Amino acid sequence: MTTFLARRIVYMIITMILASFIGFFLIELPPGSIVDIKIDQLRAQGGNVPQDQIEALKRRYGVDDPLHIKYWKWISRTLQGDFGTSFETDTPVAGIIAQRLPITFALTFGTALFAWLISIPLGVYLATNRGSIPDYIITFVQFLGIAIPNFALALILMVFAALVLRQDVGLGFFSPQYVGAPWSFAKFLNLLSNLWIPVVVLGASATAGLTRVMRANLLDVLNAQYIQTARAKGLQENAVIWKHAVRNAVHPLVMSIGYLLPAIVVGDALAGVILNLPTLGALYLRALQATDMYLGITILMMQCIMLLLGNLIADLLLAWIDPRVRLE
Amino acid sequence: MATIAKDAPSQTERTRKFEDVGQLSQFQLIWRRYKKNRLSVIGAIALIIMYLMALFADFIAPYDPNEIDASHQYAQPSTIVWANGGLALQGMRQIVDSVNFQIIYEPDPDVTYPIRLFVRGSPYVMWGFIPLDIHLFGVDAPPEANAKIFLWGADRQGRDLFSRVLKGAQVSLTIGFFGVMISMVIGSIVGTASGYFGGWIDNIIQRLIELIQTFPFISLFIAIAAALPITMPVVQRYMLITIILAFITWTSFSREVRGKVLSYRNADYTAAAIAAGASHWRVITTHMLPNAMSHIIVVASFAVPGAIAAETALSFLNLGMLPPAVSWGVLLQDAQQIKSVTLYPWLLIPLGAIVLASLCLYLLGDGLRDAVDPYA
Repeated sequence: MTTFLARRIVYMIITMILASFIGFFLIELPPGSIVDIKIDQLRAQGGNVPQDQIEALKRRYGVDDPLHIKYWKWISRTLQGDFGTSFETDTPVAGIIAQRLPITFALTFGTALFAWLISIPLGVYLATNRGSIPDYIITFVQFLGIAIPNFALALILMVFAALVLRQDVGLGFFSPQYVGAPWSFAKFLNLLSNLWIPVVVLGASATAGLTRVMRANLLDVLNAQYIQTARAKGLQENAVIWKHAVRNAVHPLVMSIGYLLPAIVVGDALAGVILNLPTLGALYLRALQATDMYLGITILMMQCIMLLLGNLIADLLLAWIDPRVRLE
Repeated sequence: MATIAKDAPSQTERTRKFEDVGQLSQFQLIWRRYKKNRLSVIGAIALIIMYLMALFADFIAPYDPNEIDASHQYAQPSTIVWANGGLALQGMRQIVDSVNFQIIYEPDPDVTYPIRLFVRGSPYVMWGFIPLDIHLFGVDAPPEANAKIFLWGADRQGRDLFSRVLKGAQVSLTIGFFGVMISMVIGSIVGTASGYFGGWIDNIIQRLIELIQTFPFISLFIAIAAALPITMPVVQRYMLITIILAFITWTSFSREVRGKVLSYRNADYTAAAIAAGASHWRVITTHMLPNAMSHIIVVASFAVPGAIAAETALSFLNLGMLPPAVSWGVLLQDAQQIKSVTLYPWLLIPLGAIVLASLCLYLLGDGLRDAVDPYA
């Protein structure tokens, strides 16, 4: 176990180093640099920018350095915990990210919880009532959930909420009158009324996918001989299903934890932008659009780390719940 | 006795239905099985119609998709009436509401203009080499009437949404398709090499794939697309986005193909072929790829809707195709403001197009998945 873990961790570090090369190169690719933005800003404030000031700016940000020097400067600062400054807002990247992390975190876990709470019982119900009318209806709804792109679903729900429910949408998590207000029951209700759309949008495809997999897996397991044995022993049907069958069918749900961690960082960037949510995904998009490179690369690298960590945790959990995996 | 007599013919009928199975080719078997999934067949037919409409978009569209017309800003979908023995367009009057400063249109009950087939209109170059000016349909109205047919309304600049959705289909329906095609070819080659030769080749390829997959799909796509210069010509941009899509999606193909090839590698017929002195090339092209092909096609059919969604999403965010190029994502930018959607709900029609195309592609994939293994 220890050797397995050690090997995985060493391997993760190597992967991260390589990923940081690729990520840095990608983020460096867009034309235009911080200095161009600064000069534009200075010009907008009025007045011409003298050549020596431009030179000073260029030296300060190391714009003319070759790529490997830039990379070295960036990675050595990052490893010391300094993620650089956002060009757009002129504030430290770490602060901007820390500000958005809790809400993104809460949204992702809320969504995952929503997906799990619905997909496990629903999958079990569908597998045990195969071929019934609810089975057909729900299978069709799931199909829609998988087939409709997330950002399209976000738009559809937003229009639905605005036109049918007469709700103010696209304002973020709180309506304007509650933004600065202290916590109260009314504020909480307001949060819930704004939260259901992102939760449904972000959770729809996950719920649909997990239910589908859960149903298929459980159908396989229910055909196994040990289920027949359990029934022959005279066990209650409930015990057969939940103790014998479901436990052997939850693997894909455990594997889905692996996707959960990177989702904290990127969430669904598109839905975040459409619904105007202050999530990291939306921030990442804006950073790339504004060529705000340190903000962009920090979020991208966080995603990579989370993906690797998520996979590791999923593998460990799987080994913990299933002895057969441990043997391999 | 009665029940047996009733069951007997159906039993023979069933055997008769399957007795020709031995003489059918694999393709015929697949087709026979595919036909049973009605929903998937409907999806496939709808897709064929959509792709045909995209192919003939310039001809079917009544107007040039980029034709700006200030006198028809946010024109609502035209009312079509039956007048003088044929379909006709109800005349409209544009009115500016002096209270809200909104443009509203009012039907003009006395005026109708006949709709005709194969009318002459704005010139276009079909498929880049046939200059034409014939459109499938159009309104026969005097120029001073300024009457236009807007099947799906017009946008903020008075451009015909129907023409724009058709033109957008040319980009949105194809970019994902070609991207997945390229990625299928790369994935098949790399995956076969990886699975067939194994050893250090396999090791290097698998590590490379893992490295690419360390980046979340949409983040990687956005990061690469953001690097494309804004001033790039439309055609070049189209090709580059296709290539980026292929570059990001080939890894999962390659994994699938590798898995298949690994299982065929240990099959008896492969051992027999090698023992008989077949070259690597022959084993791969006659034993590995044909076997894996059906599986590859199924995976591809599920990958296309994802790629289409990725392109529309990217264009929607101003990172993919940019105006003046028309794509469904570009069209949806107008629907981003909830206020304009409330006032002009037809701006959401491109969304319907995306959802419909995506749904049909998934239905097609669903039917193919069940059908490709006709011996199961």
